[in-house]
Amino acid sequence: MSAAASMPAPQRMTYREACKQAIRAAILADPRVFLMGEDVARYGGCYAVTKGLADELGEEKIRDTPLSEGGYVGAGIGAAIAGMRPIVEIMTVNFSLLALDQIVNSAATIPHMSGGQFAVPLVIRMATGAGRQLAAQHSHSLEGWYAHIPGLKVLAPATIEDARYMLQPALDDPNPVLIFEHVMLYNREDELDPNLTGVDIVSAKIRRPGRDVTLVTYGGTLFKTLDAAETLHQEGIEAEVIDLRVLRPLDMTTVLGSVARTRRVVIVDEGWKSGSLSAEIAARIAEQAFFELDAPIRRVCSREVPIPYAAHLEQAALPQAPAIVAAARGLVKGG
Amino acid sequence: MNDKVHLDHAHVRHLLTAMLRIRRFEEKCFELYQSEKIRGFMHLYDGEEAVSVGVIEALQSQDAIVATYREHGQALARGIGMNVLMAELYGKQEGCCRGRGGSMHVFDRATRFYGGNAIVGGGLPLAVGTALGDKMLGRGAVTACFFGDGAVDEGSFHESMNLASLWQLPVLFVCENNLYAMGMALARAEAETDIARKAAGYRVASEAVDGMDVVAVEVAARRAIAEIRRTNAPYLLECRTYRFRAHSMFDAQLYRTKQEIETWRKKDPIRQLQSWLEQTGLLHADEITRIEADIATEIDAAVAFAEAGTWEPVEELEHFVIMDRVPQ
Repeated sequence: MSAAASMPAPQRMTYREACKQAIRAAILADPRVFLMGEDVARYGGCYAVTKGLADELGEEKIRDTPLSEGGYVGAGIGAAIAGMRPIVEIMTVNFSLLALDQIVNSAATIPHMSGGQFAVPLVIRMATGAGRQLAAQHSHSLEGWYAHIPGLKVLAPATIEDARYMLQPALDDPNPVLIFEHVMLYNREDELDPNLTGVDIVSAKIRRPGRDVTLVTYGGTLFKTLDAAETLHQEGIEAEVIDLRVLRPLDMTTVLGSVARTRRVVIVDEGWKSGSLSAEIAARIAEQAFFELDAPIRRVCSREVPIPYAAHLEQAALPQAPAIVAAARGLVKGG
Repeated sequence: MNDKVHLDHAHVRHLLTAMLRIRRFEEKCFELYQSEKIRGFMHLYDGEEAVSVGVIEALQSQDAIVATYREHGQALARGIGMNVLMAELYGKQEGCCRGRGGSMHVFDRATRFYGGNAIVGGGLPLAVGTALGDKMLGRGAVTACFFGDGAVDEGSFHESMNLASLWQLPVLFVCENNLYAMGMALARAEAETDIARKAAGYRVASEAVDGMDVVAVEVAARRAIAEIRRTNAPYLLECRTYRFRAHSMFDAQLYRTKQEIETWRKKDPIRQLQSWLEQTGLLHADEITRIEADIATEIDAAVAFAEAGTWEPVEELEHFVIMDRVPQ
């Protein structure tokens, strides 16, 4: 058999399908793993991620919950402490605020507060971000808030391979891991490398190398940032694009290494600027690489407004490729 | 399952001893608080001992407990050593949580004691989860979840009652109704003050019991747990009790009268049991003196243990923020 013949063909799939395959594989691999959340079973998930899984795996493993975010997230924490490996799905990050007490006061504290007697091996998945005209109670990007909390790990898969493979290491991790899936990514299609069998949940990745300026981003804005890098390339500016992937703990080694080469950095984040993840990254670069910089740190973030419904206003509130291009160009060319 | 209570000599001696241990331990804690050996928030259980002793008497070793920040009683009744409990209150690394939790956050792996939760109502969803996990893993264990009347004001109480009933989970919800959520009187906080009645809205079996009568609590708890093991459904036990002391160490008690406290003191669960034992001759006065002496010795040893304890090195401050494995 030739090498070519034994090579499996790349599989083209949506981000949604990659999330679903990850859940199915995890449940089939470990009898302790189950998923629960609102409308995950009979309805198939509000973003259709779990469509059909309840028929295949049963309603014990794909468990519909009442609209009780604090209740079922807390139940996930208790079940994890009791020996299960739950995946809790929350429809959107906005609704996760109803479970904030359980996530911040219990999941994040119990290991330390108990002197290491108990771990909370729990995964919480939720949708985040804007772009679907869902207005101010379904569109915010609050993952940066969770990245503030010691005791949590926070992931933001942007690519198909991360959507497919980040779940398993998250379940293997003994800590509560939050996974943020940007709503605009679910329909995105890409090819999944058939030779890939897993990814880490530790490092940031350089998605496009470049020597002139570093663009740091994650999640839904990765593809806008890559578009911006392509535009910059046509202007003769080579931007390096870093996909953070992991928002807590931050892989600053990759970021600082890139900044040391390019000496310029733009941080792109769909969260607001004030008290944010982008502020944290900027502060760390200033603290640790101030003398590597040839230009001020720039940020392209959401405007400081609740995300509005009307399409033109929503788009105006979000970071867009032209703004990223302008920020990067300004750093490289001055002015 | 044995849901009968045999009031033989050994058992009544045990019930009295268990309550006295909590009372005397906390009297010492109060003293140690005054002398600043114990700091932070500390909530004493004085008057409510019959609840934890009666309920925990009905539990088996595989069962789990979720408690509140007023949990010294549950911890001692469950068998967490007085030494490691006192060391925890001192903040020493020999404490059950290495001094990380203090009075409000007692945890113990060996006895499945899951806190010590200081968010009112925060423990209820957790108890639903341990019961869910135990059910899925086929452990045949019950989770006893203690909470106060204040937790009934919280949404988590209602969400948890509904979830436990909907999913038929083995949770014994134990409401320690001491009539005040800190300073907020039950009647000023709840439109329906009959807490046991609320269970009907969730199709949860329930019962209200005199929480000042340890035998009544134990009988009710055994009945409830037998019912849970038989039906796999949750049960709400409302224990009507009273705390004789302030809410915490910072409470001028402006919200209740001295007379009210005195009236309740007459129902002191320890005094009630003791006088009944003396009347019936089940326990002689000299035996009670011996019990008291043993407890005093145990407390002295616990204080000595805590005093001799050491501070966790500051270098370990960040240990267990992120775990490298799930403890087995």
